[in-house]
Amino acid sequence: MLKDSLLQRLVLSDQGSKFTIAALIVIGVIVPFLNLAMPEGSFLHVSDYSVALIGKYLCFALLALALDLVWGYCGILSLGHGAFFALGGYAMGMYLMRQIGDRGVYGHPELPDFMVFLNWDALPWYWYGFDNFFFAMLMVMFVPGLLAFIFGWLAFRSRVTGVYFSIITQALTAALSLAFFLNDFGFGGNNGLTDFKDILGASLQSNGTRAVIFICSVIALIGSYILCRYIVTSKLGRVLISVRDAESRTRFIGYRVEHYKVFVFTISAVLAGIAGALYVPQVGIINPGEFSPLNSIEVVIWVALGGRGTLYGAVVGALVVNFAKTYFTGSKLFVEYWLFLLGAMFILIPIFLPKGMVDIVDQWKKKHAQSKATEVNSKISGDAQEHTS
Amino acid sequence: MSAEGSILYLSGVTKTFDGFKAINNLSLYIEPGELRAIIGPNGAGKSTMMDIITGKTRPDEGDVLFKNSIDLTKHDEADIANIGIGRKFQKPTVIESLSVWENLELALAGKRSVLDTLFYKLSKSQADRVDEVIDLIGLQQRRNETAKNLSHGQKQWLEIGMLIIQDPELLLVDEPAAGMTDFETMQTAKLLKNISEDHSVVVVEHDMDFVKALDTRVTVLHEGSVLAEGSLETVSNDERVIEVYLGR
Ligand SMILES: Nc1ncnc2c1ncn2[C@@H]1O[C@H](COP(=O)(O)OP(=O)(O)OP(=O)(O)O)[C@@H](O)[C@H]1O
Ligand SMILES: [Mg+2]
Repeated sequence: MLKDSLLQRLVLSDQGSKFTIAALIVIGVIVPFLNLAMPEGSFLHVSDYSVALIGKYLCFALLALALDLVWGYCGILSLGHGAFFALGGYAMGMYLMRQIGDRGVYGHPELPDFMVFLNWDALPWYWYGFDNFFFAMLMVMFVPGLLAFIFGWLAFRSRVTGVYFSIITQALTAALSLAFFLNDFGFGGNNGLTDFKDILGASLQSNGTRAVIFICSVIALIGSYILCRYIVTSKLGRVLISVRDAESRTRFIGYRVEHYKVFVFTISAVLAGIAGALYVPQVGIINPGEFSPLNSIEVVIWVALGGRGTLYGAVVGALVVNFAKTYFTGSKLFVEYWLFLLGAMFILIPIFLPKGMVDIVDQWKKKHAQSKATEVNSKISGDAQEHTS
Repeated sequence: MSAEGSILYLSGVTKTFDGFKAINNLSLYIEPGELRAIIGPNGAGKSTMMDIITGKTRPDEGDVLFKNSIDLTKHDEADIANIGIGRKFQKPTVIESLSVWENLELALAGKRSVLDTLFYKLSKSQADRVDEVIDLIGLQQRRNETAKNLSHGQKQWLEIGMLIIQDPELLLVDEPAAGMTDFETMQTAKLLKNISEDHSVVVVEHDMDFVKALDTRVTVLHEGSVLAEGSLETVSNDERVIEVYLGR
């Protein structure tokens, strides 16, 4: 009974969430199946390339979801979520580097190639423990979470809000980008971390491993989605909305706004970190480019176009925009038009779908209901006429 | 005068904005259970006084004491709300995208910490209390309506309801009747009189009929300090009050 009502609250009561989760489950089952079970050449076969591509976009969807939690519900426009994503990615990358062991180009038993190249003779202390998968996975969540906690605490306690907050989050990711570009920072500098071999002893080149990572991405996205639903449907979620709509009023009711902001910002950063960690083994590299301020802005675009403050809008936005981008930049014919198309989406969607792409469904429903209503009306008036005649 | 036996005590409070003295050596003494009306021309400093009491604005000088012991200048807004002072703003501020019901649930007295709200479960008696207040403010028909679709007057009522359900010891109510019809204004006066039976209430209002209906002690504020104080009759016959406020 209790379980039923929780399922009702988290998933069933919300059409968009229901469909999104159902679609994700289908993707999570069908894509790996068609990749592994269908022979290559069969038109049902999903190529390895496609699996990696879709997997990558699922990670982006998780990142967008994380952003929607803070921006859509609490009004915190973070332009630095790419940083949390990248930190999670680096934590995973460090584990994958340590997994290489002595199979590197220089054959050093412990040091990754780039450290040997820099003539380092020992592992820096902050690389300790990353040979352990569970420790590394803990760091995937802990490092972005801790950074968000400290950064958020300082900013929100001093009541830095709105565009000022957005700007300092851009500065944060820009600063990290510079740091990670430095060779001496100890994360491979410019080249980042790459040439990964295996994860938990399973080869990253094998289809099976990749399918498992793909499924993990789907599970992480669904799990995070449900967690976010739990948060936004709780009373805490209504406090967040209250902070978004009328921050000062919320304080006068007695809520410590800064605590709520730090909480939700930290959770969101952890989710972004998980997204980054799943992204890295699927693309095979993590480098400082991921900290680029532009990346963080792109996430905002996905959420804005998909539909802010709905959660599923963020997922839909990330998937649609990225598939469109791949399609357009992938074909020679359209490559030049991609930026125009993005620009057009940016103008047309707010005009016709003020609440984002997911608004299409609502608008369609309304139209449908209207035409049905007029149908019924005309039928009634028709009947009435028949009677009078 | 000392703070002895007061619920709210202001003494020698001064606040300057860019050289302009919005509050000037203001003193005020509110007794527990008292209903006090505050009137005064635009810019007299009525809202600023409430800002100072509720921790939104820090005074440059002076004492602001709650219940003779708590120095309000040392606390912030959330603290002060939890200490027991509630406030209705001059411009009605409700949470626009939440429903009437959710607005009241949010304000309902209770624990305010992050974890408490994350795992919050509304009890039967709390739900009943919300419905009770909805009845009290006459919004039964609009129970599940999103607050942004309410009329101006209804938003005023909702905000008053949020104040009631928060159940503070002292209520500061800034221009509750603004934008209401005469009938609604009288209803509001009646409601506030009711509330004042077991709470201390300070009301700012320009509407003289409203103030008359409150039938209580009146303080006239002018240029940041008290110009006159007493029954409505006494202050309306005061030469200076007529000159700066009533006579215009
Ligand atoms: N934050 C602020 N910065 C600068 N000036 C301010 C600030 N807050 C209030 N003032 C000024 O202080 C004076 C008192 O304003 P206040 O809002 O307290 O008046 P009031 O008595 O509530 O008037 P009204 O009846 O119009 O609501 C005004 O001249 C106002 O411009
Ligand atoms: Mg005012």
